[in-house]
Amino acid sequence: MRHILRNLGLYAFAAWASLTLNFLIPRLMPGDPASAMFARFAGQLQPEAIEALRQAFGFTDEPLLQQYFTYVGHLFQGDLGLSVAYFPAKVTDVIATGLGWTLLLSGVAVIIAFGLGSLLGVIATWRRGGWLDSVLPPVLIFLGAFPYFWLAMMLLYVLGLTFEAFPIRHAYSDTLAPAFSAEFILDVLQHMVLPATAIVIASLGGWMLNMRSTMVGVLAEDYITMANAKGLSQKRIMFHYAARNALLPNVTGFGMALGFVLSGSLLTEIVFSYPGQGYLLIQAVRNQDYALMQGIFLTITLAVLGANLLVDILYVWLDPRTRAR
Amino acid sequence: MSSANQASKQRSGFIWQLLENRKATVGVVLILLFVLMGLFGPLLVSVDPSAFVGPPHQPPSSEFLLGTTGQGQDVLAQTIAGARTSLAVGFLTGFAVMAIGALVGMTAGFFGGWVDSVLSFFTNVFLIIPGLPMAVVIAAYLQPGPVTIGLVLVITGWAWNARMLRSQLLSLREKDFVMAAIVSGEGRLRIIFREILPNMTSLLMSGFISATVYAIGAQVGLEFLGIGDVSTVTWGTNLYWASNNAALLTGAWWTVVPTGVCVALVGFALVLVNYAIDEITNPRLRAEATWTRVLKSHDLESGLSTPVVRPSGN
Repeated sequence: MRHILRNLGLYAFAAWASLTLNFLIPRLMPGDPASAMFARFAGQLQPEAIEALRQAFGFTDEPLLQQYFTYVGHLFQGDLGLSVAYFPAKVTDVIATGLGWTLLLSGVAVIIAFGLGSLLGVIATWRRGGWLDSVLPPVLIFLGAFPYFWLAMMLLYVLGLTFEAFPIRHAYSDTLAPAFSAEFILDVLQHMVLPATAIVIASLGGWMLNMRSTMVGVLAEDYITMANAKGLSQKRIMFHYAARNALLPNVTGFGMALGFVLSGSLLTEIVFSYPGQGYLLIQAVRNQDYALMQGIFLTITLAVLGANLLVDILYVWLDPRTRAR
Repeated sequence: MSSANQASKQRSGFIWQLLENRKATVGVVLILLFVLMGLFGPLLVSVDPSAFVGPPHQPPSSEFLLGTTGQGQDVLAQTIAGARTSLAVGFLTGFAVMAIGALVGMTAGFFGGWVDSVLSFFTNVFLIIPGLPMAVVIAAYLQPGPVTIGLVLVITGWAWNARMLRSQLLSLREKDFVMAAIVSGEGRLRIIFREILPNMTSLLMSGFISATVYAIGAQVGLEFLGIGDVSTVTWGTNLYWASNNAALLTGAWWTVVPTGVCVALVGFALVLVNYAIDEITNPRLRAEATWTRVLKSHDLESGLSTPVVRPSGN
């Protein structure tokens, strides 16, 4: 319990730090979103409009502290300002359209990579020195050294364009309207294959090697020797005795890895024009849409913090030792 | 005095062991090749990487060995020129990330108490905030360029090293020789630099290597997003322009493949060296490698038997 409470403080502070960072960076740097917006619509806006725009973006001449309270106040009302790229849409509305897709894509990818990677790690340890153990790690390390988005580009080129096996852009076909039907879900899954595969390939090696090295450590424990002495089968020892206990440290790694996977999925989304946070992020960067950029940063941070909190709770539930203390 | 001699012999022995390791040799040779390419490549290739040399999107041919980009630039010249900036930013940032991480982590670990609490807290906060989105937000406001990218990567990347080095320092601090130094009244700085630091060489090295891997990857990612000076030639901007010119839709795979393979080879080489360091410094891994070899040579299946760890040299 104390473990969770202590981390709760950490997460709360991290959330506060990132929203404060969001507030401070644009105000400490030269230039402001209103001027950028004004420059973008050069000729179409009256000079007086720039003041109104500043107001709309929350850049006033008030003292910094007062601006900060206004900013936090707006934030808690779910008001992140207006988007420049999708003007006059609200940032929160724009983000709401992308968040679901990102969570779906990176969620599916991280679960597959975690499951498959851990399984491969167990099998490699089971047959230590076997072909799987000697061939797969270097191959996976090499694949993992490629940037996520580059692997995505290759998959798009080979499987999407050359063999035309899978759709190459967007989350679902333009001809379909989002609905809760089998046809739509199948379509979404088809569109997810390439981007998810890119993420899985890039992150699989880390999971496998992590699992393998924890397994090697666990195998030196006394209860494994005991299980051996009892004459249990190798398979049973590996999966029921060693893998279960080796999985625990990987669960904390799971929380840490979410941040990385999400970063990887942001870049992958751009390659496939997948309408998630990453795609919105590049729109924001290209249009100097600072409000949207910050909004995305904030939601992603909150998502990662939330996921880590869940992992913490899960960990306490899985490992009795953390409860005893 | 004799123990100090032995210690220094062990440390130089570490470099030798590293050179004898096959993984490390492959990795070091690859890295050296790329460094040479970054240093001297642009002098050997007479073509200006950003100059218009031919029709856009020409496939590899005898005239353009790796083809041309969507703007008619020579891909080979761009790949070689890109190595210089990307590697320089990567290695310098990697070093800075490692140094700052080491400073924070070791300060926290050595002083303990509230210093440790505060520093560890900040380390954990920076660890948990996702790096790439934060880097995008910071970089978007700064003047684009390699220096900005480096700076942003240091801000978002130092925490991991800080945590690693802190925990290593905590375990070293409990060791007898540090206790002895404290009891004999040596100064704190002297203890850190003369007693503890030499024992952390391998960890600092592997910290530097993983920080460099991170820096190169994140730099390429940020530049691919268009953050950074898109007029300079780096591996990241090469990919940015390839994607901007719809290289894949027009089938111009040669504008994407060389840069990606270079990035991956450098990353792979660095990781190999890191694994070698791990194998040398981790007696369990080393013993296991030897054990597997022994079992194999006797036609035995390697299974659950655990090797006995002996001090090196026996």
